[in-house]
Amino acid sequence: MTETANTNQPFAGLELVPRTDAKQTAKDFKSDQEVRWCPGCGDYAILAAFQNFLPELGVPRENLVIISGIGCAARFPYYMDTYGFHSIHGRAPAIATGLAASRPDLSVWVVTGDGDGLSIGGNHLIHALRRNVNIKILLFNNRIYGLTKGQYSPTSERGKITSSTPVGSLDYPFNPISLALGAGATFVARTIDSDRKHFTEVVRAATDHNGAAFVEIYQNCPIYNDDAFEPLKSPQSRDDRLVRLRHGEPIRYGAEEEKGLRLGKYGGLEECAGDDEGVVVHDASVEDPSYAFALSRLDNEEFTHTPIGVFRAAPRTTYDQLMREQIEEVTRKQGEGDLETLLTSGDTWRIT
Amino acid sequence: MQKQIQQIDRVIIRFAGDSGDGMQLTGDRFTSETAAFGNDLSTLPNFPAEIRAPAGTLPGVSSFQLHFADHDIMTPGDAPNVLVAMNPAALKANIADLPRGADIIANTDEFTKRNLNKVGYLDNPLEDESLADYRVHPIPLTSMTVKALEDFDISKKDAERAKNMFALGMLSWLYHRPTDGTIRFLERKFASKPVIMNANVAAFKAGWNYGETTEEFSVSYEVKPAALPPGLYRNISGNLALAYGLIVASRSSGLSLFLASYPITPASDILHELSRHKRFGVQTFQAEDEIAGVGAALGASFGGGLGVTTTSGPGISLKSETVGLAVSVELPLIICDIQRAGPSTGMPTKAEQADLLLAMFGRHGEAPVPIVAARSPSDCFDAVLEAVRLATKYRTPVLLLSDCYLANGSEPWRIPEIDSLPDLQVEFASEHNHTDEDGTPQFWPFQRDPETLARPWAVPGTPGLEHRIGGLEKADGHGNISYDPDNHDLMVRLRQAKIDGIARDIPPLEVDDPDGDARVLVLGWGSTYGPIGAAVRRVRRNGAKVAQAHLRHLNPFPTNTGEVLRRYDTVLVPEMNLGQLSLLLRARFLIDVIGYNRVRGLPLKATELAGAIQDVVDSART
Ligand code: SF4
Repeated sequence: MTETANTNQPFAGLELVPRTDAKQTAKDFKSDQEVRWCPGCGDYAILAAFQNFLPELGVPRENLVIISGIGCAARFPYYMDTYGFHSIHGRAPAIATGLAASRPDLSVWVVTGDGDGLSIGGNHLIHALRRNVNIKILLFNNRIYGLTKGQYSPTSERGKITSSTPVGSLDYPFNPISLALGAGATFVARTIDSDRKHFTEVVRAATDHNGAAFVEIYQNCPIYNDDAFEPLKSPQSRDDRLVRLRHGEPIRYGAEEEKGLRLGKYGGLEECAGDDEGVVVHDASVEDPSYAFALSRLDNEEFTHTPIGVFRAAPRTTYDQLMREQIEEVTRKQGEGDLETLLTSGDTWRIT
Repeated sequence: MQKQIQQIDRVIIRFAGDSGDGMQLTGDRFTSETAAFGNDLSTLPNFPAEIRAPAGTLPGVSSFQLHFADHDIMTPGDAPNVLVAMNPAALKANIADLPRGADIIANTDEFTKRNLNKVGYLDNPLEDESLADYRVHPIPLTSMTVKALEDFDISKKDAERAKNMFALGMLSWLYHRPTDGTIRFLERKFASKPVIMNANVAAFKAGWNYGETTEEFSVSYEVKPAALPPGLYRNISGNLALAYGLIVASRSSGLSLFLASYPITPASDILHELSRHKRFGVQTFQAEDEIAGVGAALGASFGGGLGVTTTSGPGISLKSETVGLAVSVELPLIICDIQRAGPSTGMPTKAEQADLLLAMFGRHGEAPVPIVAARSPSDCFDAVLEAVRLATKYRTPVLLLSDCYLANGSEPWRIPEIDSLPDLQVEFASEHNHTDEDGTPQFWPFQRDPETLARPWAVPGTPGLEHRIGGLEKADGHGNISYDPDNHDLMVRLRQAKIDGIARDIPPLEVDDPDGDARVLVLGWGSTYGPIGAAVRRVRRNGAKVAQAHLRHLNPFPTNTGEVLRRYDTVLVPEMNLGQLSLLLRARFLIDVIGYNRVRGLPLKATELAGAIQDVVDSART
């Protein structure tokens, strides 16, 4: 493989990925395949926003790889004119780990959903985040199983009436942001399918992070869980509920920024007046994830204060880089491997 | 006193003791001395799955058997001529395997009332008449070691621990083994602890001197070097040979090796070994589970690497869905199954061949996978090279079958000349391979090579060949998702035909039938090669005619397999399972082969098998 190290690359996560000066447009990333999500599905907006965003990376199409598992979201790679791998349920992070660890010249993206990433593939997701391999994980959270026709998912609210839970689901949902932070993720963010500008900012920040990035995207499934995030989308209610996290800025929200967040008892965060002198200034780079975790716990079923944006961006050396460094280090110390020396190592004897 | 030296042609020694007594190390060292001396040899380590089972108990017994000879031998031997029993448990656990007249060297220090009671001996068997059929050598190994190390500034415990070196020294004297290797080994092993090093060397020498001076042994034995084919040799175990094979395959294919595995007995040693060879550019990845292991390996293959995952039966079950994906996306992938006794956790440190049907059929849908089986420890090297050749040439996952006996057992290996190693060079796709109606060049990821039916391997980073693959059915040629019934029928048949076609690319099944007029064929696969070979020799020595053949490829079978089977009146198939190859042969060739099946977690016994072959030969004659 040719690896063109790129010195003027603005994105930290793309340091070893070659760059092209050729002009790219969203169209360059559209495959010739007909997109087959249901009409009105939030996935359309995400696909379009993503294709619109890619040209700013300046990465040649052939160095982009999108890997998915199973589910509605997992069809994503088929619609992208890049390299793509639609794999099996839950396993995309594992496959992406093998690819990214062995090919630092690729920009590797995982597209997953709440069922794929948090249920059947939960183990791979947490370990990919813990290891911090340089992959970007987009988790489309629609809080329902779409492709298998509407069963509740690990992010569905409790008591959800679905085809498999006709009198209501019994289990408590995961909070994906808390989970990712708990797993030691170095980059954790949340955005919304319908807000292209915000989506683009978050995905840009994820690309600019060298290491595993976890982006939860609230995604509407009009067929099985319509308007699940409506309070966060409707112009009447959203400003009152969306807590927009901006690095270095005080956390204020509400139509008039009349509300804010300050440190509460027991290490949590609590609502306060916007002009409270204790309003927290958001810092995504804090090494200790407790603060980001406290932010993630503000979520509730009523969406009274739902943070979006980058919760945490605290880079640490990536697994793939450490792996390469070990190999380089050992090779420098011991010299490059020689087959004959290897095979004849230990006690040998000659028979003539 | 000038002692008598007796010439013998072969010996089987079994070292047995508590898991903490260092029997595997002792066996390894004796093996190295024997290898250096030039005997042919074969070893069988046998240890419990528990890391430290309670001391002195039967489940805690660990043993190492070594068979060495002045001629070429095929197995670690059925019955030991010499048992070194470091405690009563070791005696009790192994006595049933000893033929009458065998030597028993027992460490009397450990034959205390308490230890005897622990394993149910009411009286000390060394003192009553119960061992009258054997030649018992009661020797206080522990106290003599402690005495020999009196002058060393070490704890009593450390001194006692050196008793295995005392025993090794004694046995080395008894069989005229060279000692330099062991002394060098101890110097290396304890380089950072000079006192312990000197104590161990002293214990080893004390054991040797004791052999020479004691009246316990009036005779010592000489086993002449074996006349093996000329060349440079080393001793090698199956797992080591497999690891080396992967490194060589990576070099000669030009693909970087990416090993992704989850620890599991008895496969973990391959992961350990490869982790030590980073200077060859080897990437090893300890995955979070078996599924991630095969997934990451497949990801590396997608990226143009040599993706490998190593495991044992339970891991294969977990990986099976991903292997199905690899079949569907037609990417090279090596899956090594170091079989152990199952089902479930079964007996993790014991051997079995009961994953053949799992390898053959253990996937959803029509998902054929080539299967290559190693037949001896050193053969794991060649077997893995063959697996890589098939995987890369045909763009397919390949299952490599080894087992616990091959993995841990060892034998001398003639080290191949580097330039005699196969060239496995792989070419990636770099150009368009199709033109659409309006003349635009395109890349079709499922446009097959007409001869091999392999699809192009176009790796990310190659401009112009961007494409998507996945588990959904693909249209023949362009590879886009297709639900067309006829296309699915075609693709299922193409994938099958690709694997079936490998039969043309592998050597025919060779038959060893010295006079060409045997009426009975013994056909095996995998690690039964040694026992079958030894049994066939034995039967032939008795004047019976019997043919032998051994399968390296279990899927597809060599093209002449049916013809070979039909040539004989009776086909006997010995296996360490309940008849899995038998089932495949009957189904494929409509020939009612006879099974010889043992699932004891141990290699087949050549003597028993020889009896079974003789019976079949006798009944074929009538
Ligand atoms: S089922 Fe829901 S998530 Fe799936 S494609 Fe349809 S709308 Fe989208």
